[in-house]
Amino acid sequence: MSKTDELKQGQNQLFTDPDADKAREFFRHKSRAMVNKVTTAEEAVKTMIKDGDYITIGGFGANRIPTAILHEIVRQGKKNLGFAGHTATHDFQILIAGECIERLDVAYIIGLEARGLSPHARRAVESGKIKLTEWTNATLSWRIKAAAMGLSFLPARNILGTDTFKYSAAKEILCPFTGQKYAAHPALYPDFAAIHVHECDVYGNAHVYGASVSDQDLAKAAKRVVITTERIISNEKIRQNPEATFIPFWCVDAVVEVPYGSYPGNMPYEYFSDEAYLKQWLNLEKDPEEFKKFFKKQILDTKNFYEYLNLNGGIERMIKLRAIEHLTDKK
Amino acid sequence: MADYNPMELMICVAARNLKDGATVVVGTGAPCAAAMLAQKTHSPNLTVMFEAGGVAPILPAMPISVGDSRTFHKAIMASSMPEIMETCQRGMVDYTFLGGAQIDMYGNINSTMIGDNHGKPKVRFPGSGGANDLASLCWRTMMMTPQDAKRFTEKINFITSPGYLTGGNSRYEAGLPKGTGPYRIITNMAIMGFEEKSKRMKVINVNPGYNRKDIQDNCGFELLWADKITDTDPPHENELRILRDEVDPQRYIIGR
Repeated sequence: MSKTDELKQGQNQLFTDPDADKAREFFRHKSRAMVNKVTTAEEAVKTMIKDGDYITIGGFGANRIPTAILHEIVRQGKKNLGFAGHTATHDFQILIAGECIERLDVAYIIGLEARGLSPHARRAVESGKIKLTEWTNATLSWRIKAAAMGLSFLPARNILGTDTFKYSAAKEILCPFTGQKYAAHPALYPDFAAIHVHECDVYGNAHVYGASVSDQDLAKAAKRVVITTERIISNEKIRQNPEATFIPFWCVDAVVEVPYGSYPGNMPYEYFSDEAYLKQWLNLEKDPEEFKKFFKKQILDTKNFYEYLNLNGGIERMIKLRAIEHLTDKK
Repeated sequence: MADYNPMELMICVAARNLKDGATVVVGTGAPCAAAMLAQKTHSPNLTVMFEAGGVAPILPAMPISVGDSRTFHKAIMASSMPEIMETCQRGMVDYTFLGGAQIDMYGNINSTMIGDNHGKPKVRFPGSGGANDLASLCWRTMMMTPQDAKRFTEKINFITSPGYLTGGNSRYEAGLPKGTGPYRIITNMAIMGFEEKSKRMKVINVNPGYNRKDIQDNCGFELLWADKITDTDPPHENELRILRDEVDPQRYIIGR
């Protein structure tokens, strides 16, 4: 038996098409016009996501997340979505409670890191109703990077020999130069991505501060991209400091100005996560009926993100969270 | 002798294993505390990294997420997840710490699920996150964990992160980078390494207050024993003082 015959492959489903030529065909027709793209969260979700799409969320679970878009996906009742769970924490909590997700690329789900596990997300995943394919944080980053590079896969040296590989959709390959065995990770071209940033102009040229996670690659890999931003700045500000441009306009389809838009998550240098709120949410999830009421009141019955913010302490609360972020909080 | 709890002991032992001038990727909680303690004792030039991109922060408080703003507070770099993972893949990261629900004699770790049906697990955990990546790509993987026979088990339900797989050379034959693998398993009862050839877990130090029988009784597989077993050097006064006063004054980690 030749070495190639022994190569293994993951047995679970690949939810997205890694074909680079099909992606090129899409990007061939994607607008590159530098035009004003400012819209509302409601309009962006309505026009950019359809049921069954595969979506990705920028940031890191409860850090720099586009909360307004997440809420809007739930409010508009988007269904049967595919989702990339790369350290998905509060973002996943929202989408799973909204019953939006049908298939799931898992790296990290149902947990909220040091805060503990989400009882509701756990019930949902343990029900067996959601299709799961296992990956890892690096794998999802590299799958997104492969797409950002316009490729159909990237080789890597992780996950080999484990059940994480077995329940993935990766394949073993041999390096044509050295013979080294690699895991080939299929490119991930999402239909939609939402990324929250510190500032951008009306065209979508964006600045982000702090850890960037996978968001520069994500903005390139996704077919449709909405940026939510703490504030809109002038194009001159972008041009004054071009090396700071984190995402360029041609990746971006829509811009939504959402101050405090990562709440209840952390926004680096702006405000810290609302730990009391996240804890309350986790506690309420223990009782499905109580949680249903809470979720309805917080998200389904609020008109938009501003009403949600006001429901949770409004600007006064935000000032408190700013003080915590800036380490000037006097308890 | 100083008074301490098992968590404090594990953190102190873990910290002593982090050499000055080395690199370590840590998560929240005990691993982060161990790295901070090492920096404040014998390893001032230990570079701490977080998987979302933070490099060498001056931590003002315990991070609650490996991507929160504490992880790059006054840092050398606020980079990206691929940047950190590729640094590991390139062979520039010496240590990492993992946690998990189950571990076997080869140091394979389960943090994905309990049960035998992947699509409908009896108990679902978060999954790999970055754990598999770090276990695959960092040189030396360590674990701090309470020890009992359910957690230290003959057959784990799911290999989330690779240890030495089925022992011997199997880890490297699978394609994982040569020379990497589990290094120390630090429990409330003992410190374990791995036997050179078979790659099976081997007790090297026994913690104060425990004996060989305790350690084997609280392990679901047969442990190997080093030729010369020594007692674990318990936490020193200065380690405990720094851990309690400077590293975790709120007692988030050591208080539990």
